[in-house]
Amino acid sequence: MALDLAVLLNDDGGGRTYLQWMFDAWGWTLAVAASAWVVSMVVGAMIGTMRTLPHSPWLVRFANAWVELFRNIPLLVQIFIWYFVIPKMFPSMKSIPGFLLVVFALGFFTSARIAEQVRAGIQALPRGQRYAAMAVGFNTYQTYRYVLLPMAFRIILPPLTSESMNLLKNSSVAFAVSIAELTMFAMQAGEETSKPTEVYLAVTIMYALSAFAVNRIFAWIEKRSQVPGFIVAGGTGGGH
Amino acid sequence: MFNLDFAFLNWDFISKFVVTGFWFSVQLTAIATLGGIALGTVLALMRLSGQKWLVIPAVIYVNGLRSVPLVMVILWFFLLVPLLIGRPMGAEASAVITFIAFEAAYFSEIMRAGIQSIAKGQVYAGQALGMTYAQNMKLVVLPQAFRNMLPVLLTQTIILFQDTSLVYAIGAYDLLKGFVTGGKIYGRVEEVYIVAAVVYFIMCVTLSYAVKKLQAKIAIIR
Repeated sequence: MALDLAVLLNDDGGGRTYLQWMFDAWGWTLAVAASAWVVSMVVGAMIGTMRTLPHSPWLVRFANAWVELFRNIPLLVQIFIWYFVIPKMFPSMKSIPGFLLVVFALGFFTSARIAEQVRAGIQALPRGQRYAAMAVGFNTYQTYRYVLLPMAFRIILPPLTSESMNLLKNSSVAFAVSIAELTMFAMQAGEETSKPTEVYLAVTIMYALSAFAVNRIFAWIEKRSQVPGFIVAGGTGGGH
Repeated sequence: MFNLDFAFLNWDFISKFVVTGFWFSVQLTAIATLGGIALGTVLALMRLSGQKWLVIPAVIYVNGLRSVPLVMVILWFFLLVPLLIGRPMGAEASAVITFIAFEAAYFSEIMRAGIQSIAKGQVYAGQALGMTYAQNMKLVVLPQAFRNMLPVLLTQTIILFQDTSLVYAIGAYDLLKGFVTGGKIYGRVEEVYIVAAVVYFIMCVTLSYAVKKLQAKIAIIR
């Protein structure tokens, strides 16, 4: 079975080569993943923090429910709900572009996982940290902002790395609602060129390279943000 | 309310469209879990064997599959398996092979952690009794590794169950596809997604509750 990678240089019928199309699709993959990453980090940090609040049982319950809800429904189903069901339920949302709906779907799905890590990170800190913050007169916001979260985020950098790589890979599910990202490209171009092996190979390499880049970026952040003497630099890794 | 109508949801709908897909999803999850753990354990043993010719293929296999999105792996297998065996293959059969192969990569990392969590003295004790490598693994190390990792293995199974919905990419008839197909025929395209979400949610929450119970039980015995 000889590979015919030159097929990627063929015209796709719209005045661009398949290679150019693939890079456009890569751009969409990165755009979906990066936007969803921002959503997931902001929401995940808030929900994860809420779960550890000492005197707000209702906020804790709400945050726990959030995590259970978004963690126990398959991503594909969540994407369909954002894309098809929500615009039907709320007609005013019909004008929102599909790209944004997918970003919210992927962002909220991942936020549950980030929240779980943030909570674990905060709870991994010695109790004395919180007491120390109270002792210097910090209120709850200041305690989290200046004492707990800066250390918690450093602790959870390795699992955050793998969650971010998962998010990048999960962005492939956006093919189901016709976002023009890499997997969508793989399916369409594979069919059009009748050379799916070559197209899949190219797309697979793009995904692997992107995931590797995310990994390196986080390794760099981990190194830069290290507090001397506090956390021993471990390898990146963690579960799926 | 909200322009939604759930009146279509009766036994007729469920028995005609949902049950088949539900069974396929459950079977796929069960087979992929058992097959994935078996293959994953072999991969973990290869990786820990210290023999270069076993370690390198295992590392390439595990890291390779883990750096590619599952949807792409599903597409790859659907394309390549028929080429390799020389005859066409249904989407369902292809999905089973894909999930065993893909999940093995994740299960192997769990099993590797499990094997490494066993104290070295256990292995030495086995050796002192004159056990061969195989006996030592089978009788001493693996039983303990499985037990230590059981909650993690089951949590991975819950993730696997959710991931089975991605066979959508090759059109296999699973739980989600059952709802979607029925929804199209009954003209309730949006509503079925909510019902599907509820079904997945209840199953996953029940399973993770069971895992939590099990974890507590294991912790006490240990």
